[in-house]
Amino acid sequence: MVDISVKIGKLKLKNPVMSASGTFGLEYGELLDINSLGALVLKTITYEPRQGNPAPRIAEVSSGMLNSIGLENKGLEDFVKKKVPKLKGIKIPVIASIAGNNAKEYAALAARLGRIAKIAAIEVNLSCPNVRHGTREGLIAQDAEATQDVISAVRKAASCALIAKLTPNVSDISKIALAAQKAGADALLVANTFPAMAVDIETGKPRLGNITGGLSGPALKPVILKMVWELYNKIEIPIIGCGGIMDYKDAVEFMLCGASAIQVGTATFVNPAAPVEIIKGIGKYMKEKKMAGPGQLIGKIKVGSLWRL
Amino acid sequence: MKQLMLEITGNKEISEGFYRMRLESAYLAANSKPGQFVEVKCSSGPDPLLRRPLGIHRVVKGGIELLYKIIGRGTGLIARMKPGDTLDVIGPLGNGFDLSPHRGADILVAGGHGVAPLVALADSLVNSVGRIVDREKRGIHVFIGAKTAKHILCAKDFGKLGCDVHVATEDGSGGSKGLITNSLAAFLNTIHYPLCTTIYACGPTGMLKAVAGIAMEKHIPCQVSLEERMACGVGVCLGCPVKVTRSPGHQVTGFEYKMVCKDGPVFNAEDIAW
Ligand SMILES: Cc1cc2nc3c(=O)[nH]c(=O)nc-3n(C[C@H](O)[C@H](O)[C@H](O)COP(=O)(O)OP(=O)(O)OC[C@H]3O[C@@H](n4cnc5c(N)ncnc54)[C@H](O)[C@@H]3O)c2cc1C
Ligand SMILES: Cc1cc2nc3c(=O)[nH]c(=O)nc-3n(C[C@H](O)[C@H](O)[C@H](O)COP(=O)(O)O)c2cc1C
Ligand code: FES
Repeated sequence: MVDISVKIGKLKLKNPVMSASGTFGLEYGELLDINSLGALVLKTITYEPRQGNPAPRIAEVSSGMLNSIGLENKGLEDFVKKKVPKLKGIKIPVIASIAGNNAKEYAALAARLGRIAKIAAIEVNLSCPNVRHGTREGLIAQDAEATQDVISAVRKAASCALIAKLTPNVSDISKIALAAQKAGADALLVANTFPAMAVDIETGKPRLGNITGGLSGPALKPVILKMVWELYNKIEIPIIGCGGIMDYKDAVEFMLCGASAIQVGTATFVNPAAPVEIIKGIGKYMKEKKMAGPGQLIGKIKVGSLWRL
Repeated sequence: MKQLMLEITGNKEISEGFYRMRLESAYLAANSKPGQFVEVKCSSGPDPLLRRPLGIHRVVKGGIELLYKIIGRGTGLIARMKPGDTLDVIGPLGNGFDLSPHRGADILVAGGHGVAPLVALADSLVNSVGRIVDREKRGIHVFIGAKTAKHILCAKDFGKLGCDVHVATEDGSGGSKGLITNSLAAFLNTIHYPLCTTIYACGPTGMLKAVAGIAMEKHIPCQVSLEERMACGVGVCLGCPVKVTRSPGHQVTGFEYKMVCKDGPVFNAEDIAW
């Protein structure tokens, strides 16, 4: 078998495929073997419980979907007391995802989660389009300074691997990426959903209860792919690609553009077997191409200055 | 629950725009409860992307049946599938109706395609739970409402099971003219229904709300099967919320969201924050 293991900071993954936050849960254990994934990323939690947005929270669009869940979750305490014990049977690295109103809240979440042995890494969600971060305008990941503040605070609070989850809705993603890297992030997750909306022309109403939401799925893929490629040459820390990856071919595209690992979200709803099929597909592709390890795949897109023999 | 590639063994238009599809699956036949549903992939490509939730209409020998109405692209595509084709299905999903034993009557109220899961329910009530079918008092009374007579579905199926069937159409072309909820209210006012009667309803939200109101007024326990836009269908995406009243010690203190796909689709009508 080809070795497809990758390293994300201190974290070693047996393969580069993870679940995307908010799109996966232990419920899927009935439909696929969770322990065959590279890592399990959990739904974003906040300090206090959040009720989430009104229905409808889902709208299907051409080759994609919109969601406006609004980070519904029961808060940190419930997570620690009720969710963590349920992770007993999980043998792969578990990554917790956090969001806060300000740097202090992010740090408090990280400090608590960093002490839990079961949590191998923290994904810092700086980019959910369905919530406001306190009183600030826009998302944290739309502001390099705010990104640096939050990641620095989290870095101080926890010693585990940190992943910064960015938004694609920026004019220059490299500025934000560099800020996160400078502040001590071990990897960048590119990216979250893109803000979007849809309207029902019969009723004249928005198709989401929250009016706007985030676009995910195949429609998002080319946009994110370009960002990963753009960042690969400018960033030293590993990039995790996420956006519209439906099969192993999409995953390989992301890896060729420079992603060390990938996350699968919407595809799991459509085909719960997708993450496992992607893992197998990547291995098969590398074998066919006679690649000895992921190093021969990651960033090896054949274009201009990237061409390396 | 399993993800299954199932052979379609039948797919026929039974009335204008309504289809009945038979799927071969010993697993679903053995493991489905009335009120549960499946999620169907309507095409092999990314369009349409998401699966469509469809109720389990009937459990037959070696498989299940779906009954669906063509609404848009997804249902339009599966309507064109032929026996011998394969359908990618996840199920059974959701909680299903609560069929706890009781000795009263059962009242089933259907609107539009909401009739689909109620056939499985009636079948279970008669054949598994062994409810007495007696037209006078302790029977199974079915109320079916639709726009016109040709949209009244499954009346014969309920009849064959020995149920007492009431029909109403908005244009009066079949049964009594008007809303099915009016027929239900009139029925409950005239008949001396036994204690321990239960109402089960599936249909448009407006109808369910009206049925819930009638049930509340008459103090009859009522289970409603709800619909909401879905993505995962298994409770992980939190995409299908319904507002449920929170009442510790019976004092309503606001509401919380439950997920239609996992906590439902069947809820006690009195718990819903209509
Ligand atoms: C638990 C459950 C059981 C159902 N059982 C049945 C059944 O037995 N028979 C039947 O005919 N219909 C049933 N429905 C409704 C059925 O899911 C929709 O009619 C179908 O999804 C429409 O898809 P479409 O592509 O044809 O329509 P479109 O309008 O093109 O669909 C666009 C999007 O909206 C969603 N959508 C549209 N209408 C509904 C709806 N009423 N509920 C949820 N999502 C919707 C679709 O899934 C899709 O994501 C059920 C719905 C739920 C939630
Ligand atoms: C229903 C839904 C819920 C999501 N919830 C979260 C979340 O809680 N936290 C987060 O960081 N991202 C969340 N996301 C974004 C995904 O993790 C992912 O970044 C995005 O969907 C793009 O990947 P995909 O196209 O593979 O789905 C959510 C996405 C969807 C569709
Ligand atoms: S559809 Fe995902 S939680 Fe119900």
